[in-house]
Amino acid sequence: MANNSTSLEARKLELWYRNFQALRDISMAIPRNQITAIIGPSGCGKSSLLRCFNRMNDLIPGSRVKGEVLFDGRNIYAADVDPTEVRYRIGMVFQKPNPFPKSVFENVAFGPRVNGLADNLEEIVEHALQRAALWDEVKDRLHKSAMELSGGQQQRLCIARTLALEPEVILMDEPCSALDPVATLKIEDLMRTLAGEYSIVIVTHNMQQAARVSDMAAFMMMEQDRAGVLVEYGPTARLFTNPKDKRTEDYITGRFG
Amino acid sequence: MEIRTAFHKKLREIQDDILAMGSMVNKATLRSIEALKNRDLNLARQIIADDQKVNQKRFEIEERCIELIATQQPMASDLRIIVAVLSIIVELERIGDHAEGIAKIAILIGDEPPLKPLIDIPRMAEKTVDMLTRSLDAFIKRDADAARQIAMEDDFVDELYNQVFRELLTFMMEDPRTITRATRLIWVAHNLERSADRVTNICERVVYAVTGKMEEIGGSKY
Repeated sequence: MANNSTSLEARKLELWYRNFQALRDISMAIPRNQITAIIGPSGCGKSSLLRCFNRMNDLIPGSRVKGEVLFDGRNIYAADVDPTEVRYRIGMVFQKPNPFPKSVFENVAFGPRVNGLADNLEEIVEHALQRAALWDEVKDRLHKSAMELSGGQQQRLCIARTLALEPEVILMDEPCSALDPVATLKIEDLMRTLAGEYSIVIVTHNMQQAARVSDMAAFMMMEQDRAGVLVEYGPTARLFTNPKDKRTEDYITGRFG
Repeated sequence: MEIRTAFHKKLREIQDDILAMGSMVNKATLRSIEALKNRDLNLARQIIADDQKVNQKRFEIEERCIELIATQQPMASDLRIIVAVLSIIVELERIGDHAEGIAKIAILIGDEPPLKPLIDIPRMAEKTVDMLTRSLDAFIKRDADAARQIAMEDDFVDELYNQVFRELLTFMMEDPRTITRATRLIWVAHNLERSADRVTNICERVVYAVTGKMEEIGGSKY
Protein backbone atom coordinates (compact mmCIF):
# COMPACT_ATOMS: atom_id res chain seq x y z
CA MET A 1 0.00 0.00 0.00
CA ALA A 2 2.75 2.45 0.94
CA ASN A 3 4.69 3.96 -1.92
CA ASN A 4 6.14 7.25 -2.99
CA SER A 5 2.75 8.88 -2.93
CA THR A 6 2.32 7.93 0.73
CA SER A 7 3.61 10.32 3.36
CA LEU A 8 2.57 8.66 6.61
CA GLU A 9 1.21 5.23 7.19
CA ALA A 10 -0.32 3.66 10.28
CA ARG A 11 0.02 -0.10 10.43
CA LYS A 12 -2.07 -2.06 12.89
CA LEU A 13 -1.78 0.88 15.26
CA GLU A 14 -3.12 0.46 18.80
CA LEU A 15 -3.07 2.97 21.62
CA TRP A 16 -3.72 2.58 25.32
CA TYR A 17 -4.02 5.14 28.08
CA ARG A 18 -3.14 2.89 31.03
CA ASN A 19 -5.81 0.13 30.86
CA PHE A 20 -8.09 1.94 28.47
CA GLN A 21 -7.67 1.06 24.82
CA ALA A 22 -8.20 4.25 22.80
CA LEU A 23 -7.37 2.95 19.31
CA ARG A 24 -7.72 -0.51 17.82
CA ASP A 25 -6.11 -1.91 14.70
CA ILE A 26 -5.80 1.30 12.69
CA SER A 27 -4.20 0.91 9.29
CA MET A 28 -4.27 3.81 6.88
CA ALA A 29 -1.97 5.53 4.41
CA ILE A 30 -1.89 9.34 4.38
CA PRO A 31 -1.25 10.55 0.83
CA ARG A 32 1.63 12.94 0.20
CA ASN A 33 0.77 16.59 -0.43
CA GLN A 34 -2.94 16.14 -0.10
CA ILE A 35 -5.45 16.86 2.64
CA THR A 36 -6.80 13.98 4.68
CA ALA A 37 -9.72 14.60 7.03
CA ILE A 38 -10.65 12.44 10.00
CA ILE A 39 -14.26 12.68 11.18
CA GLY A 40 -16.29 10.82 13.76
CA PRO A 41 -18.33 11.33 16.93
CA SER A 42 -16.76 12.77 20.08
CA GLY A 43 -14.53 10.33 21.88
CA CYS A 44 -13.99 8.10 18.84
CA GLY A 45 -10.23 8.55 19.05
CA LYS A 46 -9.62 10.84 16.11
CA SER A 47 -7.50 13.31 18.08
CA SER A 48 -5.67 10.41 19.72
CA LEU A 49 -4.85 9.06 16.26
CA LEU A 50 -3.68 12.48 15.10
CA ARG A 51 -1.38 12.73 18.11
CA CYS A 52 0.07 9.30 17.31
CA PHE A 53 1.23 10.70 13.97
CA ASN A 54 3.88 12.88 15.63
CA ARG A 55 4.36 11.07 18.93
CA MET A 56 2.48 13.74 20.84
CA ASN A 57 0.91 10.97 22.97
CA ASP A 58 4.38 10.21 24.39
CA LEU A 59 3.82 13.24 26.60
CA ILE A 60 0.78 11.65 28.28
CA PRO A 61 1.78 9.47 31.25
CA GLY A 62 0.61 5.87 30.93
CA SER A 63 0.14 5.98 27.16
CA ARG A 64 1.39 3.01 25.18
CA VAL A 65 1.51 2.37 21.44
CA LYS A 66 1.57 -0.91 19.53
CA GLY A 67 1.99 -1.24 15.80
CA GLU A 68 3.81 1.18 13.57
CA VAL A 69 3.60 4.63 12.07
CA LEU A 70 5.79 4.79 9.00
CA PHE A 71 7.04 8.18 7.91
CA ASP A 72 8.85 8.07 4.60
CA GLY A 73 9.00 4.33 5.15
CA ARG A 74 10.55 4.50 8.64
CA ASN A 75 8.76 3.64 11.90
CA ILE A 76 8.65 6.80 14.02
CA TYR A 77 8.28 4.63 17.12
CA ALA A 78 11.56 2.80 16.50
CA ALA A 79 13.98 2.92 19.46
CA ASP A 80 16.56 5.08 17.69
CA VAL A 81 14.14 7.80 16.63
CA ASP A 82 14.21 11.15 18.43
CA PRO A 83 10.59 12.25 19.02
CA THR A 84 11.60 15.93 18.95
CA GLU A 85 13.01 15.46 15.46
CA VAL A 86 9.73 13.77 14.46
CA ARG A 87 7.75 16.77 15.72
CA TYR A 88 9.86 19.18 13.67
CA ARG A 89 9.10 17.32 10.49
CA ILE A 90 5.49 16.61 11.43
CA GLY A 91 4.09 19.83 12.85
CA MET A 92 0.83 20.36 14.68
CA VAL A 93 -1.74 23.13 14.89
CA PHE A 94 -4.20 22.99 17.77
CA GLN A 95 -7.84 23.72 18.36
CA LYS A 96 -7.39 27.01 20.16
CA PRO A 97 -4.86 29.41 18.72
CA ASN A 98 -2.01 29.34 21.23
CA PRO A 99 0.49 32.05 20.33
CA PHE A 100 3.30 32.69 22.79
CA PRO A 101 2.86 35.94 24.71
CA LYS A 102 5.55 37.50 22.57
CA SER A 103 5.69 39.59 19.43
CA VAL A 104 4.39 38.33 16.09
CA PHE A 105 7.99 38.07 14.87
CA GLU A 106 9.20 36.16 17.91
CA ASN A 107 6.37 33.66 17.65
CA VAL A 108 7.49 32.61 14.19
CA ALA A 109 11.23 33.00 14.90
CA PHE A 110 11.09 30.88 18.03
CA GLY A 111 11.35 27.45 16.40
CA PRO A 112 14.11 28.28 13.90
CA ARG A 113 16.07 30.09 16.66
CA VAL A 114 15.90 27.05 18.95
CA ASN A 115 17.09 25.00 16.00
CA GLY A 116 20.10 27.24 15.56
CA LEU A 117 18.88 28.90 12.36
CA ALA A 118 19.59 32.44 13.50
CA ASP A 119 21.30 33.72 10.34
CA ASN A 120 18.45 34.69 8.10
CA LEU A 121 15.66 34.82 10.64
CA GLU A 122 13.93 37.79 9.04
CA GLU A 123 13.72 36.02 5.76
CA ILE A 124 12.43 32.82 7.37
CA VAL A 125 9.77 34.74 9.31
CA GLU A 126 8.58 36.71 6.29
CA HIS A 127 8.45 33.60 4.15
CA ALA A 128 6.46 31.67 6.75
CA LEU A 129 4.03 34.56 7.26
CA GLN A 130 3.61 34.90 3.49
CA ARG A 131 2.78 31.25 3.11
CA ALA A 132 0.35 31.43 6.02
CA ALA A 133 -1.44 34.28 4.18
CA LEU A 134 -0.82 36.58 7.14
CA TRP A 135 2.08 38.76 5.97
CA ASP A 136 0.05 41.61 4.52
CA GLU A 137 -1.97 41.90 7.70
CA VAL A 138 0.97 41.95 10.12
CA LYS A 139 3.98 43.31 8.22
CA ASP A 140 3.60 46.72 9.90
CA ARG A 141 3.17 45.32 13.38
CA LEU A 142 5.72 42.51 13.50
CA HIS A 143 7.02 43.64 16.85
CA LYS A 144 3.69 44.09 18.52
CA SER A 145 2.25 41.39 20.76
CA ALA A 146 0.70 38.40 19.01
CA MET A 147 -2.05 38.52 21.59
CA GLU A 148 -3.44 41.64 19.89
CA LEU A 149 -4.28 39.70 16.73
CA SER A 150 -7.80 38.40 16.05
CA GLY A 151 -8.55 34.72 16.64
CA GLY A 152 -8.29 33.90 12.93
CA GLN A 153 -5.01 35.81 12.63
CA GLN A 154 -3.65 34.05 15.71
CA GLN A 155 -4.48 30.69 14.17
CA ARG A 156 -2.73 31.64 10.93
CA LEU A 157 0.21 32.79 13.07
CA CYS A 158 0.32 29.33 14.64
CA ILE A 159 0.34 27.85 11.15
CA ALA A 160 3.19 30.22 10.19
CA ARG A 161 5.04 29.11 13.33
CA THR A 162 4.71 25.51 12.18
CA LEU A 163 5.72 26.37 8.60
CA ALA A 164 8.88 28.15 9.80
CA LEU A 165 10.27 24.76 10.77
CA GLU A 166 9.86 23.51 7.18
CA PRO A 167 7.79 20.46 8.13
CA GLU A 168 6.64 17.87 5.64
CA VAL A 169 3.38 17.09 7.36
CA ILE A 170 0.99 19.42 9.18
CA LEU A 171 -1.44 17.90 11.63
CA MET A 172 -4.44 20.07 12.48
CA ASP A 173 -6.66 19.29 15.43
CA GLU A 174 -9.97 21.13 15.00
CA PRO A 175 -8.13 24.23 13.77
CA CYS A 176 -11.30 26.25 13.17
CA SER A 177 -13.53 25.30 16.07
CA ALA A 178 -12.76 28.55 17.91
CA LEU A 179 -13.12 30.73 14.80
CA ASP A 180 -16.02 32.56 13.15
CA PRO A 181 -17.22 31.43 9.70
CA VAL A 182 -15.17 33.97 7.72
CA ALA A 183 -11.97 33.22 9.62
CA THR A 184 -12.77 29.54 9.12
CA LEU A 185 -13.05 29.94 5.34
CA LYS A 186 -9.72 31.81 5.32
CA ILE A 187 -8.03 28.90 7.07
CA GLU A 188 -9.66 26.47 4.64
CA ASP A 189 -8.39 28.54 1.70
CA LEU A 190 -4.96 28.51 3.24
CA MET A 191 -5.10 24.75 3.66
CA ARG A 192 -5.93 24.33 -0.03
CA THR A 193 -2.99 26.57 -0.92
CA LEU A 194 -0.63 24.61 1.31
CA ALA A 195 -1.78 21.22 0.03
CA GLY A 196 0.48 20.34 -2.85
CA GLU A 197 3.52 21.33 -0.80
CA TYR A 198 2.59 19.70 2.48
CA SER A 199 0.69 16.63 3.56
CA ILE A 200 -2.10 17.84 5.82
CA VAL A 201 -4.17 15.76 8.21
CA ILE A 202 -7.12 17.52 9.80
CA VAL A 203 -9.39 16.31 12.57
CA THR A 204 -12.71 18.08 12.47
CA HIS A 205 -16.16 17.85 13.98
CA ASN A 206 -17.47 19.83 11.08
CA MET A 207 -18.46 17.38 8.38
CA GLN A 208 -19.07 20.11 5.84
CA GLN A 209 -15.56 21.37 6.47
CA ALA A 210 -14.15 17.89 5.88
CA ALA A 211 -16.21 17.68 2.67
CA ARG A 212 -15.03 21.13 1.53
CA VAL A 213 -11.31 20.88 2.12
CA SER A 214 -10.16 17.29 2.04
CA ASP A 215 -9.07 14.94 -0.73
CA MET A 216 -9.37 11.83 1.42
CA ALA A 217 -11.68 11.28 4.36
CA ALA A 218 -11.67 8.77 7.19
CA PHE A 219 -14.62 7.96 9.43
CA MET A 220 -13.89 6.63 12.91
CA MET A 221 -16.16 5.48 15.68
CA MET A 222 -16.07 3.76 19.04
CA GLU A 223 -16.65 0.09 19.59
CA GLN A 224 -18.55 -1.29 22.62
CA ASP A 225 -15.49 -0.99 24.87
CA ARG A 226 -15.03 2.61 23.62
CA ALA A 227 -11.90 1.80 21.62
CA GLY A 228 -11.66 3.86 18.44
CA VAL A 229 -11.69 2.03 15.11
CA LEU A 230 -11.40 3.13 11.52
CA VAL A 231 -14.73 2.34 9.87
CA GLU A 232 -14.15 3.68 6.38
CA TYR A 233 -11.46 5.55 4.52
CA GLY A 234 -11.60 6.73 0.92
CA PRO A 235 -11.76 9.66 -1.50
CA THR A 236 -13.80 12.48 0.03
CA ALA A 237 -16.21 12.85 -2.88
CA ARG A 238 -17.06 9.16 -2.68
CA LEU A 239 -17.32 8.97 1.09
CA PHE A 240 -19.80 11.84 1.26
CA THR A 241 -21.94 10.81 -1.70
CA ASN A 242 -21.81 7.06 -1.54
CA PRO A 243 -20.29 5.62 1.63
CA LYS A 244 -19.76 1.87 1.60
CA ASP A 245 -20.34 1.21 5.28
CA LYS A 246 -23.81 1.57 6.76
CA ARG A 247 -22.33 3.11 9.92
CA THR A 248 -20.71 5.89 7.87
CA GLU A 249 -23.98 6.45 6.03
CA ASP A 250 -25.90 6.65 9.30
CA TYR A 251 -23.43 9.07 10.82
CA ILE A 252 -23.10 11.50 7.92
CA THR A 253 -26.83 11.58 7.24
CA GLY A 254 -27.48 12.22 10.94
CA ARG A 255 -29.30 8.97 11.57
CA PHE A 256 -27.31 8.52 14.71
CA GLY A 257 -25.33 11.02 16.68
CA MET B 1 -31.09 7.69 17.89
CA GLU B 2 -32.13 9.54 14.79
CA ILE B 3 -31.18 13.18 15.18
CA ARG B 4 -32.20 14.96 11.99
CA THR B 5 -35.89 14.19 12.28
CA ALA B 6 -37.21 17.52 10.92
CA PHE B 7 -34.98 17.26 7.86
CA HIS B 8 -35.90 13.65 7.17
CA LYS B 9 -39.59 14.49 7.56
CA LYS B 10 -39.23 17.15 4.86
CA LEU B 11 -37.41 14.69 2.65
CA ARG B 12 -40.28 12.21 3.01
CA GLU B 13 -42.81 14.91 2.19
CA ILE B 14 -40.94 15.69 -1.04
CA GLN B 15 -41.11 12.02 -1.98
CA ASP B 16 -44.85 11.97 -1.27
CA ASP B 17 -45.14 14.92 -3.61
CA ILE B 18 -43.28 13.06 -6.34
CA LEU B 19 -45.97 10.36 -6.09
CA ALA B 20 -48.68 13.01 -6.33
CA MET B 21 -47.02 14.56 -9.38
CA GLY B 22 -46.62 11.11 -10.94
CA SER B 23 -50.32 10.43 -10.57
CA MET B 24 -51.21 13.83 -12.10
CA VAL B 25 -49.08 13.00 -15.12
CA ASN B 26 -50.45 9.47 -15.45
CA LYS B 27 -53.98 10.79 -15.33
CA ALA B 28 -53.13 13.32 -18.06
CA THR B 29 -51.69 10.58 -20.29
CA LEU B 30 -54.72 8.30 -19.94
CA ARG B 31 -57.19 11.15 -20.39
CA SER B 32 -55.39 12.38 -23.51
CA ILE B 33 -56.02 9.01 -25.16
CA GLU B 34 -59.62 9.09 -23.94
CA ALA B 35 -60.06 12.55 -25.51
CA LEU B 36 -58.59 11.22 -28.74
CA LYS B 37 -60.74 8.10 -28.80
CA ASN B 38 -63.98 9.85 -27.87
CA ARG B 39 -63.24 13.04 -29.82
CA ASP B 40 -63.86 14.85 -26.57
CA LEU B 41 -62.46 18.32 -27.30
CA ASN B 42 -63.55 19.73 -23.95
CA LEU B 43 -61.54 17.06 -22.19
CA ALA B 44 -58.57 17.83 -24.46
CA ARG B 45 -58.77 21.52 -23.54
CA GLN B 46 -58.98 20.59 -19.87
CA ILE B 47 -55.80 18.49 -20.14
CA ILE B 48 -53.98 21.44 -21.72
CA ALA B 49 -55.12 23.73 -18.91
CA ASP B 50 -54.23 21.18 -16.22
CA ASP B 51 -50.67 20.91 -17.50
CA GLN B 52 -50.03 24.27 -15.81
CA LYS B 53 -50.65 22.56 -12.48
CA VAL B 54 -48.06 19.91 -13.32
CA ASN B 55 -45.50 22.60 -14.18
CA GLN B 56 -46.36 24.41 -10.97
CA LYS B 57 -45.85 21.25 -8.95
CA ARG B 58 -42.46 20.73 -10.53
CA PHE B 59 -41.25 24.21 -9.56
CA GLU B 60 -42.65 23.80 -6.08
CA ILE B 61 -40.76 20.52 -5.52
CA GLU B 62 -37.63 21.96 -7.10
CA GLU B 63 -37.67 24.94 -4.74
CA ARG B 64 -38.09 22.70 -1.72
CA CYS B 65 -35.12 20.57 -2.83
CA ILE B 66 -32.96 23.67 -3.28
CA GLU B 67 -34.01 24.88 0.15
CA LEU B 68 -32.98 21.56 1.73
CA ILE B 69 -29.62 21.62 -0.03
CA ALA B 70 -28.99 25.20 1.08
CA THR B 71 -30.10 24.79 4.67
CA GLN B 72 -29.43 21.16 5.55
CA GLN B 73 -26.27 20.19 3.66
CA PRO B 74 -27.58 16.71 2.87
CA MET B 75 -25.01 13.93 2.57
CA ALA B 76 -24.74 10.42 1.15
CA SER B 77 -28.11 8.75 0.39
CA ASP B 78 -30.01 11.89 1.43
CA LEU B 79 -28.05 13.90 -1.11
CA ARG B 80 -28.53 11.26 -3.79
CA ILE B 81 -32.29 11.20 -3.19
CA ILE B 82 -32.55 14.98 -3.56
CA VAL B 83 -30.43 14.91 -6.72
CA ALA B 84 -32.60 12.09 -8.09
CA VAL B 85 -35.78 14.03 -7.26
CA LEU B 86 -34.44 17.05 -9.15
CA SER B 87 -34.04 14.89 -12.26
CA ILE B 88 -37.24 12.91 -11.83
CA ILE B 89 -39.45 16.00 -11.65
CA VAL B 90 -38.05 17.21 -14.98
CA GLU B 91 -38.89 13.86 -16.57
CA LEU B 92 -42.38 13.94 -15.06
CA GLU B 93 -42.97 17.44 -16.33
CA ARG B 94 -41.93 16.38 -19.83
CA ILE B 95 -44.22 13.34 -19.69
CA GLY B 96 -46.97 15.81 -18.78
CA ASP B 97 -46.00 17.86 -21.83
CA HIS B 98 -46.30 14.76 -24.04
CA ALA B 99 -49.84 14.22 -22.71
CA GLU B 100 -50.59 17.85 -23.43
CA GLY B 101 -49.15 17.31 -26.93
CA ILE B 102 -51.55 14.43 -27.51
CA ALA B 103 -54.46 16.60 -26.33
CA LYS B 104 -53.43 19.24 -28.87
CA ILE B 105 -53.36 16.62 -31.63
CA ALA B 106 -56.85 15.51 -30.54
CA ILE B 107 -58.00 19.10 -31.08
CA LEU B 108 -56.28 19.23 -34.48
CA ILE B 109 -58.03 16.04 -35.54
CA GLY B 110 -61.29 17.52 -34.30
CA ASP B 111 -64.25 15.66 -35.71
CA GLU B 112 -62.56 14.17 -38.77
CA PRO B 113 -63.76 10.60 -39.36
CA PRO B 114 -61.57 8.05 -37.57
CA LEU B 115 -58.97 6.35 -39.74
CA LYS B 116 -59.16 3.12 -37.77
CA PRO B 117 -60.13 1.95 -34.31
CA LEU B 118 -57.37 2.79 -31.81
CA ILE B 119 -55.92 -0.38 -30.32
CA ASP B 120 -52.16 -0.26 -30.07
CA ILE B 121 -51.99 3.42 -29.15
CA PRO B 122 -54.11 2.90 -25.99
CA ARG B 123 -51.95 -0.13 -25.19
CA MET B 124 -48.84 2.04 -25.44
CA ALA B 125 -50.43 4.54 -23.06
CA GLU B 126 -51.46 1.88 -20.56
CA LYS B 127 -48.01 0.31 -20.58
CA THR B 128 -46.31 3.68 -20.11
CA VAL B 129 -48.60 4.58 -17.22
CA ASP B 130 -47.98 1.19 -15.62
CA MET B 131 -44.20 1.58 -15.98
CA LEU B 132 -44.31 5.06 -14.48
CA THR B 133 -46.38 3.97 -11.50
CA ARG B 134 -44.04 1.11 -10.77
CA SER B 135 -40.87 3.18 -11.27
CA LEU B 136 -42.01 5.68 -8.64
CA ASP B 137 -42.93 2.80 -6.37
CA ALA B 138 -39.40 1.44 -6.85
CA PHE B 139 -38.06 4.89 -5.92
CA ILE B 140 -40.03 4.97 -2.68
CA LYS B 141 -39.01 1.39 -1.88
CA ARG B 142 -35.37 2.01 -2.92
CA ASP B 143 -35.57 -1.02 -5.21
CA ALA B 144 -32.84 -0.75 -7.84
CA ASP B 145 -33.54 -4.22 -9.29
CA ALA B 146 -37.18 -3.37 -9.91
CA ALA B 147 -36.11 -0.09 -11.54
CA ARG B 148 -33.73 -1.91 -13.91
CA GLN B 149 -36.48 -4.40 -14.79
CA ILE B 150 -39.02 -1.66 -15.53
CA ALA B 151 -36.57 0.19 -17.75
CA MET B 152 -36.12 -2.94 -19.87
CA GLU B 153 -39.87 -3.03 -20.49
CA ASP B 154 -39.46 0.06 -22.66
CA ASP B 155 -38.74 -2.43 -25.47
CA PHE B 156 -42.38 -3.42 -25.37
CA VAL B 157 -43.50 0.19 -25.97
CA ASP B 158 -40.93 0.50 -28.74
CA GLU B 159 -42.35 -2.63 -30.38
CA LEU B 160 -45.86 -1.20 -30.27
CA TYR B 161 -44.62 2.06 -31.71
CA ASN B 162 -42.99 0.20 -34.57
CA GLN B 163 -46.20 -1.71 -35.18
CA VAL B 164 -48.34 1.46 -35.19
CA PHE B 165 -45.92 3.09 -37.60
CA ARG B 166 -45.92 0.17 -40.05
CA GLU B 167 -49.67 -0.14 -39.97
CA LEU B 168 -50.23 3.58 -40.61
CA LEU B 169 -47.65 3.49 -43.38
CA THR B 170 -49.71 0.87 -45.25
CA PHE B 171 -52.79 3.09 -44.90
CA MET B 172 -50.88 5.98 -46.41
CA MET B 173 -49.50 3.90 -49.27
CA GLU B 174 -52.90 2.53 -50.15
CA ASP B 175 -54.67 5.87 -49.98
CA PRO B 176 -52.76 9.16 -49.95
CA ARG B 177 -55.87 10.94 -48.69
CA THR B 178 -55.20 9.35 -45.28
CA ILE B 179 -51.74 10.89 -45.00
CA THR B 180 -52.79 13.82 -42.79
CA ARG B 181 -54.81 11.71 -40.39
CA ALA B 182 -52.23 8.90 -40.27
CA THR B 183 -49.39 11.35 -39.66
CA ARG B 184 -51.24 12.83 -36.72
CA LEU B 185 -51.66 9.39 -35.19
CA ILE B 186 -47.95 8.76 -35.66
CA TRP B 187 -47.32 11.95 -33.69
CA VAL B 188 -49.52 10.60 -30.91
CA ALA B 189 -47.61 7.31 -30.84
CA HIS B 190 -44.35 9.21 -30.91
CA ASN B 191 -45.38 11.22 -27.84
CA LEU B 192 -46.09 8.00 -25.98
CA GLU B 193 -42.84 6.45 -27.09
CA ARG B 194 -40.98 9.48 -25.73
CA SER B 195 -42.89 9.26 -22.44
CA ALA B 196 -41.84 5.64 -21.96
CA ASP B 197 -38.22 6.65 -22.66
CA ARG B 198 -38.52 9.23 -19.93
CA VAL B 199 -39.70 6.52 -17.56
CA THR B 200 -36.43 4.67 -18.25
CA ASN B 201 -34.57 7.88 -17.34
CA ILE B 202 -36.50 7.91 -14.07
CA CYS B 203 -35.47 4.28 -13.51
CA GLU B 204 -31.82 5.24 -14.01
CA ARG B 205 -32.22 7.92 -11.34
CA VAL B 206 -33.76 5.36 -8.98
CA VAL B 207 -30.72 3.14 -9.49
CA TYR B 208 -28.48 6.15 -8.77
CA ALA B 209 -30.38 7.07 -5.61
CA VAL B 210 -30.08 3.51 -4.30
CA THR B 211 -26.59 2.50 -5.44
CA GLY B 212 -24.78 5.78 -6.11
CA LYS B 213 -23.95 4.57 -9.62
CA MET B 214 -24.92 6.32 -12.83
CA GLU B 215 -25.77 3.67 -15.37
CA GLU B 216 -27.55 3.65 -18.71
CA ILE B 217 -30.16 0.93 -18.82
CA GLY B 218 -31.25 -0.61 -22.10
CA GLY B 219 -31.29 2.29 -24.48
CA SER B 220 -34.26 2.98 -26.68
CA LYS B 221 -34.30 2.02 -30.33
CA TYR B 222 -35.95 5.30 -31.26
